[in-house]
Amino acid sequence: MIEFLQQLLNGISLGAIYALLAIGYTLVYGVLRFINFAHADVFMAGAFIGWYGGQFMPSNSIGSGLAVMGMAMVGTALLGMAIERFAYRPLRSAPTLNVLITAIGVSLLLEYSGQKFFGAAPRHFPPLFPRRDFNVGHLTVSSDQLLVIGVTAVLIVLLQTIIYRTRIGTAMRAVSLNPRAASLVGVNNNRIISFTFALGSALAGAGGILYASNYPAIDPLMGVMPGLKAFVAAVLGGIGSIPGAALGGLVLGIVETFVGGSSLSSGKDAFAFAILIVILLFRPSGLLGRMNVEKV
Amino acid sequence: MRLSVVFSAGSEMVHSSHRLALLGTLALGAALMGCRQKSSAPANSIVVGEFASLTGKEATFGQSSNEGLILGIEEANATGGALGKQIHLVVEDDGSTNGEAITIVKKLISRDHVVAVLGEIASGRSLEAAPICQEEKIPMISPGSTNPAVTQKGDYIFRVCFIDPFQGTAMAKFAHDQLHLNRVAVLSSATAPYSAGLAHYFEERFRADGGEIPIEEKYNDGDKDFRAELTAIKAANVQGIFVPGYYSEVGLICAQARELGITAPLMGGDGWESPIMLQLAGAAADNCYYSTHYSPQNTAPNVQSFVKRFQKRWNGETPDAMAALGYDCAGVFVDALKRAGSTDPQALRDAIAATKNYPGVTGVTTIGPDRNAVKPAVIIELEHGESHFLQTVAP
Amino acid sequence: MEPRPRFLLPAPHWALLGGLALSGAAMAAAPSIDPYYLEILTNIGINVILAVSLNLVNGYTGQFSLGHAGFMSVGAYVSAALTLFVAPHWPTPLIFFVALLAGGVVAALAGFLVGMPSLRLRGDYLALVTLGFGEIIRVIFQNIDSLGGALGLNGLPPDTNIFWVGAWVAATIFVVVCLVHSTYGRGFLAVRDDEIAAAAIGLNTTRYKIIAFVVGAFFAGVAGGLYGHDKLTISPAGFDFTKSIEIVVMVILGGMGNTLGVVAAAIILTVLPEVLRPVADYRMILYSLILIVLMIVRPDGLFRIRRRTS
Repeated sequence: MIEFLQQLLNGISLGAIYALLAIGYTLVYGVLRFINFAHADVFMAGAFIGWYGGQFMPSNSIGSGLAVMGMAMVGTALLGMAIERFAYRPLRSAPTLNVLITAIGVSLLLEYSGQKFFGAAPRHFPPLFPRRDFNVGHLTVSSDQLLVIGVTAVLIVLLQTIIYRTRIGTAMRAVSLNPRAASLVGVNNNRIISFTFALGSALAGAGGILYASNYPAIDPLMGVMPGLKAFVAAVLGGIGSIPGAALGGLVLGIVETFVGGSSLSSGKDAFAFAILIVILLFRPSGLLGRMNVEKV
Repeated sequence: MRLSVVFSAGSEMVHSSHRLALLGTLALGAALMGCRQKSSAPANSIVVGEFASLTGKEATFGQSSNEGLILGIEEANATGGALGKQIHLVVEDDGSTNGEAITIVKKLISRDHVVAVLGEIASGRSLEAAPICQEEKIPMISPGSTNPAVTQKGDYIFRVCFIDPFQGTAMAKFAHDQLHLNRVAVLSSATAPYSAGLAHYFEERFRADGGEIPIEEKYNDGDKDFRAELTAIKAANVQGIFVPGYYSEVGLICAQARELGITAPLMGGDGWESPIMLQLAGAAADNCYYSTHYSPQNTAPNVQSFVKRFQKRWNGETPDAMAALGYDCAGVFVDALKRAGSTDPQALRDAIAATKNYPGVTGVTTIGPDRNAVKPAVIIELEHGESHFLQTVAP
Repeated sequence: MEPRPRFLLPAPHWALLGGLALSGAAMAAAPSIDPYYLEILTNIGINVILAVSLNLVNGYTGQFSLGHAGFMSVGAYVSAALTLFVAPHWPTPLIFFVALLAGGVVAALAGFLVGMPSLRLRGDYLALVTLGFGEIIRVIFQNIDSLGGALGLNGLPPDTNIFWVGAWVAATIFVVVCLVHSTYGRGFLAVRDDEIAAAAIGLNTTRYKIIAFVVGAFFAGVAGGLYGHDKLTISPAGFDFTKSIEIVVMVILGGMGNTLGVVAAAIILTVLPEVLRPVADYRMILYSLILIVLMIVRPDGLFRIRRRTS
């Protein structure tokens, strides 16, 4: 029973990180209808920004930790906007396949530039937040895990507020429903799309910091697997739906953790893909999504 | 499928773009063929090749052994080289990637005309290169690959370190006899051949001694989260965990194990040997033990002298086991070269095979009939994030 | 327009015969060629087969598959199992040919199994599902201990030589070109250009997609067999999605749906790393920049194909 609860806790904390990343994917897909492969590397960039930031901040206080996270979020937001502006915007009217390929190109560029300039070997991520382990009976909860869950919850609430209670959020929803109609009623599509990228990338940046705090070995390829899994989570929850992405992330994190604790542990990556395949075959709209009929 | 329909289809006009493509490739090909790679080795020198993982996941292994090797070659050259010539070292990086070793070793042999190939630390990549060296009859000396299969590739393949059966057995004995552990879990990598091999030998000996291994978990290289596996291990109530992996994952495993409240000792092999391991584990590196090839704290005079010379050459860096192995690899090569009296591959091979009691910094090295070195292992203990030498295990 | 004159056989058939003859000649000259160059030529050949076979799927049929390396690994393992375990004492040319065919066939079967569920999906989803299948195949091999597990297999007999590589390159290009210029090719192009319209006029789009996928997988399997018997070592980690992406880059650079362009791209992208070895760490950065710039500036690839408008 204790093991089950511990694994559940591990799963929720892993799932929260996937949720943050998945929301980023879903936001971009909502407005641009393509999968931003480079999102995972923005996540990695966030972790590296945090690494550099952590050198300057006095460590071990929640305030400085949050400051570094804020710095990372700003940095990744800018990176995301730059990527959109220079790599994706010229292809706005091109077939989706081309944009997909560009996204792969951007992803590879970030990864290999990172390898060149930071070195491919993992480096130690400094502890940004004070560490404490709480023991509830036989259960061990680390403060980092709690932080992940807490920050994710706050960010999701913040996001929902922005999307449903602000004008810019309404504009975002308009663009994702029908870009042409949105521009006809006066929405500046380009600005909204930039803003969406900024938002998604900032979440990725936060995710990068939280991930690095929990698993303090960062390297330029650290985003690849979490990115793929977060995408699976987004699809699982219903691509285009933010609560879906959060739910998908949580479910995936929990399932992956339980598989990892079993004898099939080395197959846990493949398991995530198996889930993707099953979902796409049997319920392509995901858990919380709606069926989209493609009109000609 | 109606094949007749398919294959009787006529051809199309050759588009001008096709012609352009063709011309372009031909031009490139011609340019390449004409392009002779200038040999950068100075005339009248002996060329030896090294392949190592200078970048990538196991970068510290490659970089350390490379530094040790370079020091060894430089020292040999300073005392006149061998056979009256200077030794020129050509280094290629395999980027810790599968498949690269094959291409670069072929290049070293056929383009650089090396008399011997020195490398690698990671067993998987040595296994890739060994068949090629054997096929081309160029002696290969691995400084630190411990998987037994490497030297079984042929009689031109040697190593200057111990092999996993010995290492695994040594750690099993240590766990059982010295730490008095009877129930141990094994957490190994599913993707690194070294890890699977070492785990196997540990388990064999540990069970033979009467120990129990109630749970075995695997992870993939590159994984960051081991809490799932560790939680399952914790629930199995074991007295210790054997983690025969590479430092990048082991560091995180140590940290997460302690976080989850696992106080049992963690044990491992020479894959732990890296400064990054301590960084990643931090203060959680406590009550941990691993076997390796040497310790800089060994008070033997030749070891201390080596440590000082290495620090002088490489900006105060203290040599780790991989560096020491690289140094000894170079040393054995030069020694064999002198004894062979020529660069003829067969003679060189025989001289290497005849290496006896070479005074290496990783121990007195004798190459046995199976082309492995019979050497003692060293067990290092990690306490509060610091490593110190615990004991030597004789072969 | 007059029908193009045929000299006994259509042009592609002459090309095939020519290719086979060239391979034979190369084989005869092999002992006098520097082994490093031979290795590069072998690598080029294998990459050409991979790129051309993927081009059939990605380029001509417009299905973005990111799991090609998975089929390659199936071919590699099956052929290795045959040459190592099942019939190691058969005469080499025979067993090697049989092994390569077997590898291709099993890979084609895998292609069918992967294709059936996946090809109902579009664009990005298909890409990810194929990537997923590639990973699943890799993990399966990692866990089959009789095939070496994570260690993989080594000590494969060095059966690959320049003749086999050249012959299979010729065969692959021949089959793909013939397929594309037949009614099947019309089907592929229709599916690529507008799948909904194609379905609306009664084409069985799934059938065409699967055929392309299976043929592509077959040749990927053959390439895998050739690869294994050249490197003499195969391990699951060597066939991951990085490898798939490398092949995809060749197809994109060459121009999706331009066989000759893809061949040229494969040659360039095999030779370039060797030429750029001194600056190897910048190589991938260069590749990714090429991808991005190419998509914006010349999305049809370096060697643009003039589409026939008739």
